[in-house]
Amino acid sequence: MTNQEIISKLPYSKPFLFVDEILKINENGVEGTYTFDENLDFYKGHFKDNPVTPGIILTEVMAQIGLVCLGIFLLDNSLNKNPSIALTSTAIEFLKPVFPNEKVTVISEKVYFRFGKLKCKVIMKNEKGDVVCTGKIAGMVISK
Amino acid sequence: MNKEQTIEELKNIVKPYIQNQEAFDSLTENTDFINDLKINSASLVDVILDIEEKYDIVIDNEAMERMLNVKAAMEIIETKLSEKN
Repeated sequence: MTNQEIISKLPYSKPFLFVDEILKINENGVEGTYTFDENLDFYKGHFKDNPVTPGIILTEVMAQIGLVCLGIFLLDNSLNKNPSIALTSTAIEFLKPVFPNEKVTVISEKVYFRFGKLKCKVIMKNEKGDVVCTGKIAGMVISK
Repeated sequence: MNKEQTIEELKNIVKPYIQNQEAFDSLTENTDFINDLKINSASLVDVILDIEEKYDIVIDNEAMERMLNVKAAMEIIETKLSEKN
């Protein structure tokens, strides 16, 4: 499965698709990027006259790249089926703010994939290479 | 395998994942992980991985599906431990 095919299998669309590119992916992890368009709706209110990317959105970017893309890759054997996914836990530390138009890279390392549950150690870096957030994310990834 | 001791060990393993303190406090071998302790299916995976680690055993899909209560967990642990020797 190509990286583009993985993105096309993601169950998201605009304005809630937060994966631009998968840089590399294998059975142990994934690396991908996303650039925050300054016109994204939530910047109008978070915060008033002071747009900063909400932590919940950073978490979502980490989950979509780090967990869902990897989960689809790991379920590759069921090509014609669509994966059913559910986020089950997150524990993230937010270290630096992310502003509109910033491009972030998510690096995810598989902790385990057992009995349909995928758990990953995930970090997000900005273009300078600084870690902006880091933590663990888990979800159920099951082919229907 | 000492039954009381194993129940105590299992109690320590499930403790971080339970959502029903009352059922946990009165845990017996008939306690159901999902219906009584309100452990969800995602957390049950962690319970099983912790059991694997604690007893140094590997739990397969078939055993995983049966591991729904304390009694079944104890039986599976005992079986897997005896297969090891």
